[in-house]
Amino acid sequence: MIDFAKFSIFTDAIKGGFGLLSSGVIDVWTIVLTSLKVSSLAVSIALLIGIPFGYYLGTRRSVSRTTALVIANAGMGLPPTVVGLFISMLLSRRGPLGDLGLLYSQTAMVIAQIVIAAPIVAAIVASGVSAVPAQLRLQVRSLGASRIQEAVLTLKESRMVLFAAVAAGFGSIISEVGAVQMVGGNLEGETRVMTTAIVQFTRMGNYPEAVALAIVLLAIIIAVNVFVTLGQTSSDRHTKAIN
Amino acid sequence: MSLVKNRVKFLCAALLVALSVFVLSGCGAKAPQKVTKAPTPKQVNMVLASTTSTQDSGLFDVLIPAFEKANPTIKVQVVAIGTGEAIQKGRDGDADCLLVHAKSDEEQFVKDGYADSRADVMYNQFVIVGPANDPAKIAGSKTAAEAFKKIADEKAKFVSRADDSGTNKKELKIWKAAGITPSGSWYKKSGQGMGETLKMVDELGAYTLTDQATYLVMEKEKAIESKVLFAGAPDLFNQYGVLVVKGAKQEAAAQTFHDWILSKEAQQTVIKNFGTADFGSPLFTPNAK
Repeated sequence: MIDFAKFSIFTDAIKGGFGLLSSGVIDVWTIVLTSLKVSSLAVSIALLIGIPFGYYLGTRRSVSRTTALVIANAGMGLPPTVVGLFISMLLSRRGPLGDLGLLYSQTAMVIAQIVIAAPIVAAIVASGVSAVPAQLRLQVRSLGASRIQEAVLTLKESRMVLFAAVAAGFGSIISEVGAVQMVGGNLEGETRVMTTAIVQFTRMGNYPEAVALAIVLLAIIIAVNVFVTLGQTSSDRHTKAIN
Repeated sequence: MSLVKNRVKFLCAALLVALSVFVLSGCGAKAPQKVTKAPTPKQVNMVLASTTSTQDSGLFDVLIPAFEKANPTIKVQVVAIGTGEAIQKGRDGDADCLLVHAKSDEEQFVKDGYADSRADVMYNQFVIVGPANDPAKIAGSKTAAEAFKKIADEKAKFVSRADDSGTNKKELKIWKAAGITPSGSWYKKSGQGMGETLKMVDELGAYTLTDQATYLVMEKEKAIESKVLFAGAPDLFNQYGVLVVKGAKQEAAAQTFHDWILSKEAQQTVIKNFGTADFGSPLFTPNAK
């Protein structure tokens, strides 16, 4: 049933992949840099939008807040292809924002990735912030802290969750292919990112190139998670020290 | 105490064994059920690797049902990819039959021993499309190579599929004939199929080389506004060929398809009439010998 000799398709591709990476074939690194640039920018903006929104959702108690939380949680499961579809129509020359000429540009990819990542950030921040005891916030308020100081303190208390929000947001968009393919178009040297290139190379049967990019993508995902785990464990120590 | 522990261990082990027996027997019982369910036991699934143009133009929507009607025991699974990928699939043994359009690559495929022969099936033409105002003034060129040269001289945007497809191979041949190695920000590589690339061309106000069938279908659906600016030159001729992959899993079925598509029925009734109702003229011209 399983022809073990044919596993050479993997070993050959992995060998070829590492060869491409070490030989410094510039093509691969251009793609990696584009990925990092677009996704970092998108996640930064998603944090700017998602953190205040998540803070609001996590600290207010009202019907509108519950509704908004449902929307944010649903947003976490927003299918990227659906985001790709709507952003494509929005930015198409025949669409309402067509005059900007943004379709098939890095800007379009950043916009789509913000839409995907912002609800994820907001929902995770909301859950983290709501775990901070309300009494703590009341106390600092009674000690004369402003609303902003209160928010900063609450967010500081839930910084473990902030790490998770960054990781989840970044992880979801750097590994995403549907939306970036639709709005970016996989143009070489412009909007070709790791995921769209992996799809293309796989379709063309160029497995070593695809594997080279897969190795880098996996390494980035692992690095992000190491960063988050370290952040979380240092927080743990911090809490233990207080106790 | 240890006795109790041992007993728990024994019970766990027994439970595990029982569970695995249950699962295994469950799997065993399912297999024969499937066999009795199949209505026609001799049905074979043949993989036909072809280009996006034959799929996107809708030709397969009429061609495949007609073939399956004539050969009810064969089910055709179409994998519509670029010609380069299709040929690679043939080499890997992942396709039984190829319907592609890159004659020199097809001949190489035969030379390398992956097929006994290739046969002409039909042809249509490539066209150069671009924005209606034709910034590089390519209309009125004598050859496609001359048109490409004008595009390069103007540094007008051009989107290449750059995906090793038949259309991409043709495009590179024309650049070569024009004596130009295209590069620079005006020359964009999409790495995607014809439909997506045409949409991109439309959005960017760029030029591209496309097969006529895909263009006509997309234009009819009002998916694009780009215009055909150059057509009809001898260097835009687009020949399709059929090949049976030697030693493929369903070689016999592939041979049946090969013979059928070259038959008078497929050529004169199906291919020759396809598209006439929608476009006023056929999209492909049959030319099997």
